[in-house]
Amino acid sequence: MAFNLNFLFQPKNELEQGGRDAAPVQADEREPEQTCPNCHKAIPLSRLWAERNVCACGYHFRINGRQRLRYLTDRGSFQELFTDIHSADPLSFPGYAEKLETTRTASCEDEAVICGTAKIETQPCCLFVMEPNFMMGSMGTAVGERITRTFEYATERRLPVVGFSLSGGARMQEGLFSLMQMAKTSGAVKRHSDAGLFYLAVLTDPTTGGVTASFAMEGDITLAEPGATVGFAGARVVEQTTRKPLPKGFQTAETLQSHGFIDAIVPRAAQRAVIANLLRLHTEGETE
Amino acid sequence: MSTAAYDRVKIARSNKRPTGLDFIRGVFSDFFELHGDRRFGDDPSIVGGVAWLDQLPVTVIAVEKGHSARERMLRDFGMPNPEGYRKALRLMKQAEKFHRPVVCMVDTSGAYCDVGAEERGQGQAIAENLSEMMTLKTPVISLFIGEGGSGGALALAVADRVWMLENAIYSVISPEGCASILWKDASKAALAAEQLKLTAQDALRYGLIERVIPETELGRDTFYQELRQSLLDAFSTLCAMPTDALLDARYARFRRIGAPEQAGENETDEMENNL
Repeated sequence: MAFNLNFLFQPKNELEQGGRDAAPVQADEREPEQTCPNCHKAIPLSRLWAERNVCACGYHFRINGRQRLRYLTDRGSFQELFTDIHSADPLSFPGYAEKLETTRTASCEDEAVICGTAKIETQPCCLFVMEPNFMMGSMGTAVGERITRTFEYATERRLPVVGFSLSGGARMQEGLFSLMQMAKTSGAVKRHSDAGLFYLAVLTDPTTGGVTASFAMEGDITLAEPGATVGFAGARVVEQTTRKPLPKGFQTAETLQSHGFIDAIVPRAAQRAVIANLLRLHTEGETE
Repeated sequence: MSTAAYDRVKIARSNKRPTGLDFIRGVFSDFFELHGDRRFGDDPSIVGGVAWLDQLPVTVIAVEKGHSARERMLRDFGMPNPEGYRKALRLMKQAEKFHRPVVCMVDTSGAYCDVGAEERGQGQAIAENLSEMMTLKTPVISLFIGEGGSGGALALAVADRVWMLENAIYSVISPEGCASILWKDASKAALAAEQLKLTAQDALRYGLIERVIPETELGRDTFYQELRQSLLDAFSTLCAMPTDALLDARYARFRRIGAPEQAGENETDEMENNL
């Protein structure tokens, strides 16, 4: 199970803090809460989880890949693929091997994308979900290879692909090798598309950089989660380059939709039904 | 390595180097420029058109940086907007229709970065070029003449052959950007340049490009003559390939990068032999 447990470590351990002579501290029995960055209200975690990590105000908390799979797929239907593909360190980049190691331990994932097959309301599909806890979904060779294989696998078996993008961009520690993944994945998406197959892209917070400039923007239909940051250049870079304050809503999914780049913004609670319906609309041959 | 990576970066960025238009004048004849993306505008940082490569009609697309400060301003410092990539794609599709090979010349620090570029879909424009170029039914050669900055460069480099000038660079991120993100210190750019393996020599060694073009004669007639001959030789091979084989080879060229069986070095020769 790969729930994000970071919140558990936020309260200071008062025993450690006070040293050995400090009086024993009463365990805090209040339920842990998360504060919404949008409405600033505290939400008990049990309620947050029951609401798929969406605040009553509509703010969508970032969730990890396994949580997303649980919300989305028919129970027990997900079969993970390509778990033997791991990041290499092709440039022997300083600190990268260690970073991979600590990231694997901390995230309980071995790469920034989880790929496989599943059913969504009985509709079979290939799907991938990117992982925020693994170097913010950055795309290196392993991510590129897994996504490429997902599209190739789907092309061979004539399956649709549902892809949840989430990425800070290309993984710079792999240099040009990671940049080339943009071309490689785009090629695989194109071959899947040319075979007449359906790719549903879902953009989640954040979808930026090399992932935006490749497979995230190549869907037949492009959905986004409310409030997701979607863009190519980082907002900070744009601000520094232009030396002007950014307009309100810059690089949000809503702004992108108004500029014509997103088909629909779908709240997390509705995604399963919407995606299943779109898959059904693109079923090949006989439909029930 | 004889020249330190960051020195190459400085050479690649120098405004004294021949720019895209200089290469067009040197290598091709009767270049006729075509303007506009038919959707929004005409990006001055990307120059494109039709020309003769000796006796061969070709489509030429080049990033143009300009030399003087004024020229550089007018050319957006060679940083293309979405409409630049869309113009390039329009001309490539036109080349496909008329069975003309395509030559792209890359010299950009990266795609243009401002609110307008984002609103007009910089990421989408680049993504579309990547996927359309992968299946473009005519041969494409991309030549890196200076800077090759990230996705903004790759959007003109999904090609059958990628060549780089001796002092050109090709990188996933600028060394300054890399240093400031990883080490919070842009002054470590020289170190980042070294680690990013962004020189033409590195790219060749890793099997990511097919050829490094020496610069000893750079800018002289003999240099352009030799380049013209190299392009003609390569196109005579590529144009003779059946379209399916050409596209399969192009896909395979990128498909193997970062695949587990990738050995890294010495794949270039093997690939040249296969084609």
